[in-house]
Amino acid sequence: MADDLKSHLISSFEKNVRFDNRGLLDFRNVVIEYSVSKNAEGSARVKVGDTEVVVGVKLMIDKPFPDTPDEGVIMVNTEFLPMANPDFESGPPGIEAIEQARVVDRGIRESKMIDLKKLCIKKGEKVWIVSIDVCTLNDDGNLLDASALGAMAALKSARFPEYENDEINYKTHTAAKLPMKKQPVAVTVYKIGKHFFVDPSKEEEQNIDARLTITTTEDNTICALQKGGDCPLTLDDITKMLDIATKISKELRSKL
Amino acid sequence: MGKLIIQDKAVVVPGETLAEGMDYLPGAGTYRLGDKILAEKLGLINIDGRALKLIPLSGRYAPKRNDVIICKVIDVTFGGWRFETNSAYSAMLSVKDATSDYIARGADLTSYFDIGDYVVAKITNVTSQKLVDLTTKGVGLKRLRGGRMIKVNSQKVPRIIGKQGSMVTMIKKATNCNIVVGQNGLIWLSGEPKDEVTAVSAIRMIEANSHIKGLTDKIKDYLGFTGEVGEPEHKEYEHKENEHKEYGHKEYESSQNDDNN
Repeated sequence: MADDLKSHLISSFEKNVRFDNRGLLDFRNVVIEYSVSKNAEGSARVKVGDTEVVVGVKLMIDKPFPDTPDEGVIMVNTEFLPMANPDFESGPPGIEAIEQARVVDRGIRESKMIDLKKLCIKKGEKVWIVSIDVCTLNDDGNLLDASALGAMAALKSARFPEYENDEINYKTHTAAKLPMKKQPVAVTVYKIGKHFFVDPSKEEEQNIDARLTITTTEDNTICALQKGGDCPLTLDDITKMLDIATKISKELRSKL
Repeated sequence: MGKLIIQDKAVVVPGETLAEGMDYLPGAGTYRLGDKILAEKLGLINIDGRALKLIPLSGRYAPKRNDVIICKVIDVTFGGWRFETNSAYSAMLSVKDATSDYIARGADLTSYFDIGDYVVAKITNVTSQKLVDLTTKGVGLKRLRGGRMIKVNSQKVPRIIGKQGSMVTMIKKATNCNIVVGQNGLIWLSGEPKDEVTAVSAIRMIEANSHIKGLTDKIKDYLGFTGEVGEPEHKEYEHKENEHKEYGHKEYESSQNDDNN
């Protein structure tokens, strides 16, 4: 039956129709809400169709890594909560959750969107640590793009807490924002048969051959790539996927 | 002397008193506590003579004898198959209820139904411990090939099927899709991609507007259907106690020919 559904999907894609009547390159409706959590320094809720994630940003002060004594630290953590999908199990993050966290992390880190040098308070001793937590509330496909978009929105809404005499007062937030320079957006292009599409529903996601997550900044610089799925991609495939991703990333960025 | 507390077609919540005294009888979805009859679920009350019946507004499917359901194979055992039924309970199909073919001891059962296959089956028995037994011997009971599956609220299934199967027959005729509706809320469709989308949106519309009167006409307008509504296209409908639960089997036979494999 699993193969049946896949061939049914392909025959539908051949006529350029998806099961929910979207075009192959149409995103579902994207809704972004900022500052949904009072206790986090920055937060956002992102809905892509029925897929829903909440992302929180926490700012802490700690020692920097010895090899980068004058730079702040970024950490991304993703959890696939059982309430999002009955297939997710509680406990330590599984391989999919770790992959997703690393893809979100790589997009933020490699685009150099945050000026880490500005997060340094005292070289070698004290730096700001930016901790990004992604909570999945509902999984109806495409958690990856939703999480990356959510992380971006949460970082945008983040405000530094008050910091005086070596103590952080989390109760009052200042107007200072994170030192951000760019807006990387991740778009995952999926492949089934010879068809490329974006923003899969759950049943489409379960039947893909390959996927490529492409994170680009405003000037179309590619800053991160992640390939998944069982089938290989040709050079020609990747060129097509890049074209699609740069186009879609503009649409997504305009929603931020 | 018994007293009725609520009116016909009233919406009640669990634990609400429906009637006092012994003159009324608790039907499906209600129970007696002392000399009162209380509601078990959230739903609409239907007064049928002395019996009080409750039609639930929401909730998971509860397996019932003689229901035709669509279920998915989750395990192949020595003597049969275990199915996921979109309810709280899984169901068993033993080899002797699956086919009249001769199957040798230790034969490979996956050639009949393999894990992940969707099968139309009929519930033969539900024990007090909620062990569900199935059969696939009967008209229209078979493995589904190709097509796609959607899930709907199982409480809305009677509306989707319609009286004498009128609603589903109309959707089938208007969209040229093969459709099988399972009582457990799973619906299988197969047709041209565009037509499937139309059929799915019509079904979703019925699901969302199930309480509205004259829904058939509304759906008829939506589909732009011009034919006669209410007359099933063929007479070989299998009649069951409940007139809402009708299953045409011509579709099952025709769908056997359009395998996607």
